[in-house]
Amino acid sequence: MTPALKPVLIASLLALLAAPAMAQPAAAAPAAQATTAMAAVSAPAVAKHYAQLVQASYEDTLAGALTLQKAVQSFVAAPSDEGLKAARKAWLDAREFYGQTEAFRFYGGPIDDKNGPEGRINAWPMDESYVDYVKDAPDAGIINKRKTAISKKQLASLNERNGEENIATGWHAIEFLLWGQDLSTTGPGNRSFEDFVDGKKPNADRRRQYLQVVTELLVDDLRGLSKAWAPTATSYRAKFERGGMESVRKMFVGLGSLSRGELAGERLEVALASQDQEDEHSCFSDNTHRDVVANAKGIQNVWLGEYKRADGSTLTGASLRDLVAAKNPALADRTSQQIAASVAAAEGIQAPFDREIVGAKDAPGRLRVQKTIDSLVQQSKDLVEAANAAGITKLTLVKPK
Amino acid sequence: MRKASLSPAARRRRAGLAWLSVAGLAGLAFWASAGVAQDSAAPDDEKTGGDTTVFATGHNAFSFPLANLPDEERTRFVIGNSFFKRNWVQAPSSTTARDGLGPHFIARSCGGCHVQDGRGAPPDFTRGLSEQPVGLLLRLSIPGKDAHGGPRPDPVYGDQFSNFAIQGVMPEGQISLRYETVHGKFADGTPYQLQKPRYGFSKLNYGAMAKDVMLSPRVAPQMAGVGLLEAIPEAEIVRNAQEQAALDGPVRGTVNQVWDAPTQQMRVGRFGWKANVATLAHQTGGAFLGDMGITSSFFPNETCTPAQKDCLAAPRGAQGKAPEIDEKTFNDVVFYESTLAPAARRNPGDAQVIQGQKLFAQAQCAACHRPSYVTGDIPFPRLGSKAAQGQTIWPYSDLLLHDMGEGLADGRPDFLANGRQWRTPPLWGLGLVPDVNGHNRLLHDGRARGALEAVLWHDGEAKASKDKVLQMNAKERAALVKFLESL
Repeated sequence: MTPALKPVLIASLLALLAAPAMAQPAAAAPAAQATTAMAAVSAPAVAKHYAQLVQASYEDTLAGALTLQKAVQSFVAAPSDEGLKAARKAWLDAREFYGQTEAFRFYGGPIDDKNGPEGRINAWPMDESYVDYVKDAPDAGIINKRKTAISKKQLASLNERNGEENIATGWHAIEFLLWGQDLSTTGPGNRSFEDFVDGKKPNADRRRQYLQVVTELLVDDLRGLSKAWAPTATSYRAKFERGGMESVRKMFVGLGSLSRGELAGERLEVALASQDQEDEHSCFSDNTHRDVVANAKGIQNVWLGEYKRADGSTLTGASLRDLVAAKNPALADRTSQQIAASVAAAEGIQAPFDREIVGAKDAPGRLRVQKTIDSLVQQSKDLVEAANAAGITKLTLVKPK
Repeated sequence: MRKASLSPAARRRRAGLAWLSVAGLAGLAFWASAGVAQDSAAPDDEKTGGDTTVFATGHNAFSFPLANLPDEERTRFVIGNSFFKRNWVQAPSSTTARDGLGPHFIARSCGGCHVQDGRGAPPDFTRGLSEQPVGLLLRLSIPGKDAHGGPRPDPVYGDQFSNFAIQGVMPEGQISLRYETVHGKFADGTPYQLQKPRYGFSKLNYGAMAKDVMLSPRVAPQMAGVGLLEAIPEAEIVRNAQEQAALDGPVRGTVNQVWDAPTQQMRVGRFGWKANVATLAHQTGGAFLGDMGITSSFFPNETCTPAQKDCLAAPRGAQGKAPEIDEKTFNDVVFYESTLAPAARRNPGDAQVIQGQKLFAQAQCAACHRPSYVTGDIPFPRLGSKAAQGQTIWPYSDLLLHDMGEGLADGRPDFLANGRQWRTPPLWGLGLVPDVNGHNRLLHDGRARGALEAVLWHDGEAKASKDKVLQMNAKERAALVKFLESL
């Protein structure tokens, strides 16, 4: 019984004394909020559980994308308003899971190594005229160029060709096809199902084909990721699980880079500065407020080693938090609290995001977005400190001198 | 390329090795006199950019800000990035913040050529797509000099060929490219093949070019680390030239002196394939104008020539006389570029990498590819970060011009650079280009498929070094490449 009681005792002592400067002998303090009766967690255990969590996340995303694919198939078979709405709902549902997987980016893993599909899956912001007609340009886009073949290979090759906004594939290309340009200040894009009906809009046949093909490509890519993280002898996962502290380092790089550069920076600060919906992550569907929450949640999942699956069950196990707590429980707690504050702040951002970012400095929406940014920035600093406490310094961030 | 045979001419190799050991000593003495730590196996060596170094690989390896960039500057970094990758659109448009593309252009965004802040490549015609190059452009000029001593543009097509145009304006024409195979052999008998590009123009929409037009192909280089290069003191570049001259060997790098529009003066050139640009601000303004058709305060006039009536008549993206990109946005883009971080080396302690590093030194590569510097003050505090200052960096370049021989010559002068000279390109990040851009094309026109081919193109002042590589056996060549790819 003693090993299980010890961490609790130390945690209470710490709480009572509130002594942040207190030195922590590495062996004396396992997890501050121990979820298991184990002694200090090991790097291999943390890497192993992470791998499990990653695979579960991609599996849930893949399941969501397959549901989307079914909805798309029935919609293009017989376009209708209900069919379009069903496809939109399936897209929104699947995004809840994909957003959480973005915490697995930025360290050159399966999602973004040199063959990684990230750019095919989730590139943005999208120059929508690259794919289809837009206001004032009725002939724009690949769909209206009948000479261009619409195949998975061709669309993949056109994606990001000659420009990072030349997005032909992925979630946001599908989003544009399902919603259309967002020309409304109060709601999302309002594409009519008739865009997919022959005789109602030019090249409706190609629009149907495009939607179908691009969805299939997304499913393929997500399946590939799920495979890379499958527990087989030759998968990336096998290598990752053997990686020890190097794998832990990668996890930290992913969390820090998503917190500061991507989420706080590219997705929130840029939009806040420009006040332009072009800089909104999911601008066609007005789903950006959920993207932010899902990203913040994804970081929390990895940090805590917890993931709530699509079926409602929760995966738990050895985590970065445990690893850091063994060295510095106060820091681990502070980081947990900051990450929770970011999730809460993100949940406070209201839809539609393109209205939230507009206005004077003290506009309530802008303050809500700024609050989320501030929390994420603090969290990125905490994560650097946490990584350092765990003995990791080779990151993409250092503490400025 | 075939694997090398394991039966090299032993006699020749012994002779080669004796030569190399002497050369190695000469190299050490040279660098000791330069007062720079050249023991590139030092412990912190993997930190390519000192404290600015990011430990990054994969698709995003060139896209991180300096690791030590203070948080308040990170906001500016991401805002600059959003404009770096943004597609500009034709004017007039509802998105006035980014209209003004063209009339002539090559790319719609900075990221169009520097994809993921990375390196461009020549178009891959084997894919069966007759696409026009984007990450590769052709500079044009005729004999003579402009008012600042720079190249004199073609009277009809200007100083750069534009293969795209906005609606209602004709593109200048199309570029064609084919390769000739060049055959060679290593000393051990292993054959190799290089490809030499030949360029042509077709569908010229404004008539003929000048009869004596000269052209120079240029590939978009990767961006990571450019702010640190800008923080190398000018005196260091000048000193590189002085010390090479003092050695009295074949290597005699020279400094380019170029016109800098933002500061309105002649400065030491350090950017561009011919060191034909002195500052990031000039390079950025020049690219906005020449590559995208976006005017800025330093480059206020579109590039339409008098013969291009449709170009002259096309609508402008800005109100009145204001430039199409405003000063704040422009400065944010330059700030972004100058704070992109070099990535750490991979596996610097690997035995093969260390062997390659020794061979690199023995072949005197470091005579021009000077490994390291300590950065000074950033020259333009409003356009960069102090985080770049006082860092020990490992770019592997002297930033000087060298005669590289006839095979690489473009025959087109650029300020003080003659038609056979090229600037020593920095080697850092070379091994990450495949991660970021999915190709390994090197040299000014992307002709080299990988580091070894790039080495084999060396000639002129670098002939002795190339000859030493020709003498290497397969294992040594592999080690040399492994070292280069670890940078």
